[in-house]
Parts: sequence; C-alpha cells; structure tokens
Amino acid sequence: MTTSLRIFFIGGVTAYRGLINWLSPWIFIPSLVVTPIFQILLFVYIGRAAGVQSDEFFVIGNAIQYASIPCIFSMTHAIAGERFQQTLAYLLVSPAHRLPLFLGRALPVILNSIFVAAFALLVSGLILRIDVPVSAWPAILLVIAVAAFACTGLGLITAAIGLRVRETAVLNNIIFGLLLIFTGANVPLEEMPGWMEAIGRSVPLTHAIEAAREIANGASLGDVSGLLGTEFAIGVVYTFVGYQALRFMEYSSRKRASIQIA
Amino acid sequence: MNALRLIWAGWKFHLKSLTLSGFFILTSVLQPVIFATIAFLMFRAGAGDTTLLYVSLGSGMMGIWSSTLFGSGGAIQWQRWQGTLEYLIAVPPSFVMVLVPLTLATSTIGLYSLTATLLWGRLFFGVPFDVVHPLLFAVAIPATVIGLGLLGLVMAASFILWRSGANALSNLLEYPVWLATGLLVPLSLLPNWVEPVSWVLAPTWGVRAIRESALGGDPFFPVVMCVLLGGVYLVLGTILLNHFERLARQHATLSLT
Repeated sequence: MTTSLRIFFIGGVTAYRGLINWLSPWIFIPSLVVTPIFQILLFVYIGRAAGVQSDEFFVIGNAIQYASIPCIFSMTHAIAGERFQQTLAYLLVSPAHRLPLFLGRALPVILNSIFVAAFALLVSGLILRIDVPVSAWPAILLVIAVAAFACTGLGLITAAIGLRVRETAVLNNIIFGLLLIFTGANVPLEEMPGWMEAIGRSVPLTHAIEAAREIANGASLGDVSGLLGTEFAIGVVYTFVGYQALRFMEYSSRKRASIQIA
Repeated sequence: MNALRLIWAGWKFHLKSLTLSGFFILTSVLQPVIFATIAFLMFRAGAGDTTLLYVSLGSGMMGIWSSTLFGSGGAIQWQRWQGTLEYLIAVPPSFVMVLVPLTLATSTIGLYSLTATLLWGRLFFGVPFDVVHPLLFAVAIPATVIGLGLLGLVMAASFILWRSGANALSNLLEYPVWLATGLLVPLSLLPNWVEPVSWVLAPTWGVRAIRESALGGDPFFPVVMCVLLGGVYLVLGTILLNHFERLARQHATLSLT
C-alpha cells in the first residue's frame, strides 16, 4: 500500500517533471496562459458579430474547454513520452503496480489544467467585465476540477494510442478541435443536429461547462449535482477505458516486440 | 533569372515536403474546417446578415495564416533539427534566397484550407460558391499567398531569437492575428486601436482582396497592399536574416538547438 502510494504521488510528480521538462515559463505562459484568453476573445467577438449568446456563455465555455490542452497533451506526453525518450522498456519491466504508475502521472496534469482553466476564466472575465459572483467561485473551481479529471481520462486514452502511433500532436489537435465543437463551448447543444448533441453528451467537459454556466447564473452546487455527477461518471468511464487501453498496449507491445519502436 | 529558378525549385521542393507532413495537413485542412463548422453554426443561428461564404473565406484564410505561422515561424529551427542549416547558409546564394521559397511554400500550403472550407461549406452547409469577379479572385489568391509568405520570412528571421523555440511564439500569435485582421469578426467591432495594427498585417488585406473579389467590391487596393507589404517584409526579413546570420557566425551558434 505504502509503495503504491509512493509510486502514485512521488513517482507521478517525478515522471511529470522528467517528461514535461520542456514546459518552461517561456512555453507555459504563451501557450497555456495567454492563448486561452485570446481563444475566449475570438469566440466572444464572433458571438457578437453573429448576434448569438452572451459574452459570459463564451467565456465560461472556452475557459473550461481549454483545460483539455494540458489534459490531453500533457497526459499523452507523460506516458507516451517514455517511448520517445527510450525509457519505456525500463518502466515496463519494473514490478510496480500499473494503476498507481499510470494514474500518478495524471495528478499533476489535473492540477495544471485546473490552474489553466481558472486563470483563463478569471482574467477574461475581468477583461470582458463578466459578473461572476465571488461566492460562486468555490463551486466553479470544483466544477473545473471534475472537468479536468474527466478530460484527463480522455488523455489516458490518447496516451495509450500514443504508445502505438507516431503523430501524437496531430491526434491531440484533432481531439481538441472536436471538443471545441461538441462540448457546447460555443454552440449550445440544443442547436446542433441530434447526432452531434448525442456525441456532445458523451464526451468530457460538456456537463461541466453547463454546470459552470448555471452556477455563474446563480444556481447552487446542489442544483447542478446531476450535471456534476454525470461529468464525474464520464471521467470514471474514460479513465477506466484509458487504463485498460494502456494495459492492452503494454500486452500487445510485449507480444509484438514493439515496445521501443517510435 | 537564376534567382527565379532558385525560388521556383525551392518552392516546389518545400511544397511537396510539407504535403507529406501530417501536422501541416491537419493545420491546413482539419483545423480551419473545425473553426468553419463552429462559425457556420453560430452565424446560421444568429440574427446578423453575414453570408456563410464570408465565413467560409475567412475560415480558409485562418488556415493560411496558421500554416504560414507554424511553417515559417519554425523554419530555421526546423532546419537546425534536420541538420541542414549549415548547408543552407554555406551555399553560394544568399540565405534569404534560400529561405523565401520555404516561407512561400508554407503560405501556399494554406490554399488547402481555403479549398477545404469552401468544399465543406458547399457540401454540408449548402454555401454557394458564386464568385462575383472570378478573374480578380484568381489574382487575389496569389497576391495573398505572396504577402503572407513574405511576412513568414520576417517571422522566420525573428522567431529564432525566442529563447524556447518558435512553436510557443506561434501558439501565442495564432488567435490574436485571426482576431485583429478581421478574418471572422469585422474590425469595426474591435477596439479602435486594433485597426492601425491590422493595416501592417498582410492577412487583413489578403482576406479583403479575396472577399471583395468573391462577394463584390473593389479588390484592387487590397491586392496592391498585399504586394506592397510583401516588399516591405522582404526588406525587413533580409535585414533581420543578415543580422541573425552574422550573430550566429560570430558566436558559433548556428547548429545549436
């Protein structure tokens, strides 16, 4: 138990620091601090030009949606990066239990994603003078945390795929773009065709975005517990699928002797 | 004549090379299609009188900017990683003559974006592609590609000075330029100080040239502005590149990633 906890916490942070060592302030600030604010501004102004929705709709939707960048990209790199650094074989021959080994790496990713989304929401809210009551912030932070957890589950799946395919950046960019459409960050789900709405309801972030919008409009945490519960359940499912996919990739890599082939 | 042959051969080579990159095909085709889809859904639901062809052309232009930004911004770093930078500097033609075809190729690759968003709009959103001035449209596109390609030269020469690589700087500049050049949002909606900034950016004139030739208007002035700005970028890019080359030779940092 102690060993597993050590692998989860210390191993997770160590692996994250080692594999994401390129995330210096010179990359972090432009990519994860400034860019989400401009994404929000872009959609706010498109919304104004098109005459749809309020600024608040786009600010909340895009701030939470942007959490998917660290969730997907960092999670993929925190696992598939081992392959590119030629250390995957050493990791997989270790007797460490795989659950804490893989999930431990998700914890720093989730914390980073919470910061990115909350900062984007706060700053763009101030720039555009969005009136989110101070009392709503703790609940919104909880919603962002659940969203980050759920999306990191999706990141585990892309990490597993990253153990096999080479162009992980391309894959992650596609997923980011699809989340931009399907989560309802910019277009309400009700205004989408039925099949798009159905996809939207089954991906991470959608319910969290909806919950955060309701909280900002005065709803309590209890009022959005259903949405939050659904988001959490989606996160559990994606994490489970991601973990199983990682185990499968490990198994098939051993069988095909393709562990280190990048 | 030699210079033209060099540009032609280099442009063809880099165009083929970029076409083989999954990243560039994604940036050029899928990304603008994703943004076009969101914009189509938003403008279709909205109360404004913006036509979907306006949105389609703007989204395509977003892709041209992205491919130029990421391709040209990282051009020198990419050559460093490939181990070819020393050879490119050492060949008899000046470095700027070697780099211009590459930056022009990155903006040309963006034409996939325009094609993709127009096709996507036609097939899935029923956006008609009726061009008011077909001849001027055919002139506006290469003028835009040249304007952006030469802006790419300035980016290639200056991004190399960013400590942690060009990609982060490219990420930083993608959305602001989409916004400030009026690709999807009319400049009149933005704060007043944005408009003078937009005047020195080729995408502003490029999208105006393409839109006014397609939707009606006078594309002549924007086309001229694209070419004129291209000339200014070429001079600026040459000065920056010469400076970069001199520094790299002085400090022996040419091949250092």
